[in-house]
Amino acid sequence: MSRFSVKENRANRLEEALLEQIEQTAAERDELTAGEIESLDPEEFETVPYSAEGAERIGYSNYSYWRSTLRMFLKNRLAVAMLIVIVLLMGFAIVQAYLPGQGTRGLTEGILPAQGPQNAIRIYNWPDGTKDAGLPMKNQRPSGAFWFGTNAIGQDLWSMIWSGTRTSLIIGFAVALIEAVVGTFTGLLWGYIRKLDFFFTELYNVLNNIPTTIVLILCTYVMRASIPTLILAMSLTGWMGLARFIRNQVLMIRDRDFNLASRCLGTPTDRIIVKNLIPQMVSVIMLRMALAVPGAIGWEVFLSYIGLGLSVDTPSLGNLVNTGRAMISAPRLRYQLIFPAVILSVITICFYLVGNAFADAADPRNHL
Amino acid sequence: MLRYSLNRLLRSLLTLIIIIAVVFSLLRLMPIEGYFDNFDKMSPTQIQNKLTLMGLNDPLYKQLGRFIWRLIHGDLGTSTRYRVGVPITGILGKKILISFRFGILAMAVSLPLGMLLGVAMARGKGKLADKLGNAYIVFIQAVPNAVYFLFIQLYGAMLIRCSMLYKASDLRTAILPILSLALPSIAGYAMWLRRYMVDETNKDYIKLARAKGVPESVIWRRHVFRNSVVPMVQLIPGSILMTISGSIYVESLYSIPGMGGLLVDVIKRQDNNMVQALVILYSIMGILGLLLGDILMGIVDPRISFVKKEGSR
Repeated sequence: MSRFSVKENRANRLEEALLEQIEQTAAERDELTAGEIESLDPEEFETVPYSAEGAERIGYSNYSYWRSTLRMFLKNRLAVAMLIVIVLLMGFAIVQAYLPGQGTRGLTEGILPAQGPQNAIRIYNWPDGTKDAGLPMKNQRPSGAFWFGTNAIGQDLWSMIWSGTRTSLIIGFAVALIEAVVGTFTGLLWGYIRKLDFFFTELYNVLNNIPTTIVLILCTYVMRASIPTLILAMSLTGWMGLARFIRNQVLMIRDRDFNLASRCLGTPTDRIIVKNLIPQMVSVIMLRMALAVPGAIGWEVFLSYIGLGLSVDTPSLGNLVNTGRAMISAPRLRYQLIFPAVILSVITICFYLVGNAFADAADPRNHL
Repeated sequence: MLRYSLNRLLRSLLTLIIIIAVVFSLLRLMPIEGYFDNFDKMSPTQIQNKLTLMGLNDPLYKQLGRFIWRLIHGDLGTSTRYRVGVPITGILGKKILISFRFGILAMAVSLPLGMLLGVAMARGKGKLADKLGNAYIVFIQAVPNAVYFLFIQLYGAMLIRCSMLYKASDLRTAILPILSLALPSIAGYAMWLRRYMVDETNKDYIKLARAKGVPESVIWRRHVFRNSVVPMVQLIPGSILMTISGSIYVESLYSIPGMGGLLVDVIKRQDNNMVQALVILYSIMGILGLLLGDILMGIVDPRISFVKKEGSR
């Protein structure tokens, strides 16, 4: 039947033409010129004697996951620069309170003896060192004494901003850490223990339907905002996305041949999880963590904005931006908004980009 | 399709009931000041009497049952502090309309612009348009919107020389809020469309079409674009519904008398009943948006069915 079909005929003809073409090119290639033959290394044509060692040798590349990740990451100049900025910012935020002269700049020694993190919220009302001198130093524009100026009640914005950066970063890192630990752990349980699958899936379906905004507003409205309650409220929703991802990965990887082999060789489950499963998920876990930090900082700003954030005696980037916002209509005082806003944006953008760059670099598919 | 929708609907209802129960119980933990407008002037007996009158001394399950019963009949209770004694549904009615108008206008701007940007980015993948678009998306996603909204308000108002706050009489004052609402959605639409389109171009049938010599423009228009728009459909009902809830930021920044600003107001005044009503309303809309999105997806994409998914062993 098919022999007479038009399609078959045409295909045959095509095939013949193709083969002919291939043969032709092959034939052309084969004719080396005398010069080329001359230049060939005669050693390549010598017969090698049998060697037991050589027969045992296997193909091996010196591929190392973390080294490749590092190399890929270093290739991304922008991300490296951002990482350096993050490290510097964080380092400075930590040591700033303990540097000499912080919070006492432009002031007589003695009023503010103690240095340390609590110093930031002190009010610098007494320029010449006595409480009776009157004249509060409020709304001072940036100057040599107050690098970022002072705010409406005479607090030094420089100290406030670094103190706020500390608060915001603490919240961000705590949320990221809780999210990663809880998310990974529940994800592994969810994927590994089949009996729990139904429970977790239904739980996910319910929780995933609730807008994050609502959870945050409700938690902070009911519990009153403080650093721990903010961390708790933000951690309540974040872990689910990661858990679901881990669960899907576990289901996909669990029964692959290398895990089957591992299990047959008697590897205990915890070792399979730690050695075989976790490394495949590192990139996503790290990405999630890196994105959780700016996310948490952003939510903190949001909550401060709607009046559910930290109180003003715990400086945070959120309430600094929020107090600065009140100055928006006075051009002379806009520095009170711009300084915290710029620091905030730098931090969040850096984390976002570094996180993405790291996730790209940590993905083995990009290691070539 | 019908079974899928019903199943999905039941799940959403269940979720909703759980959320209402949780929200309701949590808000009972709030200090009782939130139910009175003149708490300080009242004697303890008066307070107790009024609490009993409002049914707040009943056991929790009774209160919850009553609340749900009233909710089904479209009654969200009365405001206790914001506008004393006024039914909440009456307050919301006007506000929803205002928020809805702003939201729809912003969507009318952002959907076409976002799609255009997405298509431009996908077609010029790795080129200038893509890079610029990416920078924009990164900026929008990484910087908390509280920050750039403030700067849009600040410098935008200077640029177009109008008041920073919204006035119903001056149409120019509506430009900045709509812009602020549209910017993040443009980034969102562009990002998703670009991703779907890039995924689509890597598929075999597109390669075949190229190999066959189908013109590039036809490939993009007829195959890539059409198939990538389908998953975008899922986002649309949610976005429309969410316009009702208004943007908390934008509305209170420009003092637009809509729903978003309202939430901030009632939180600041600690009006328990209003907070409860708004939170539940927002949850309802969130759930409804996802539900409609999924059902719409099922209608548009015949491959979707609610049979047990593979992989869920």
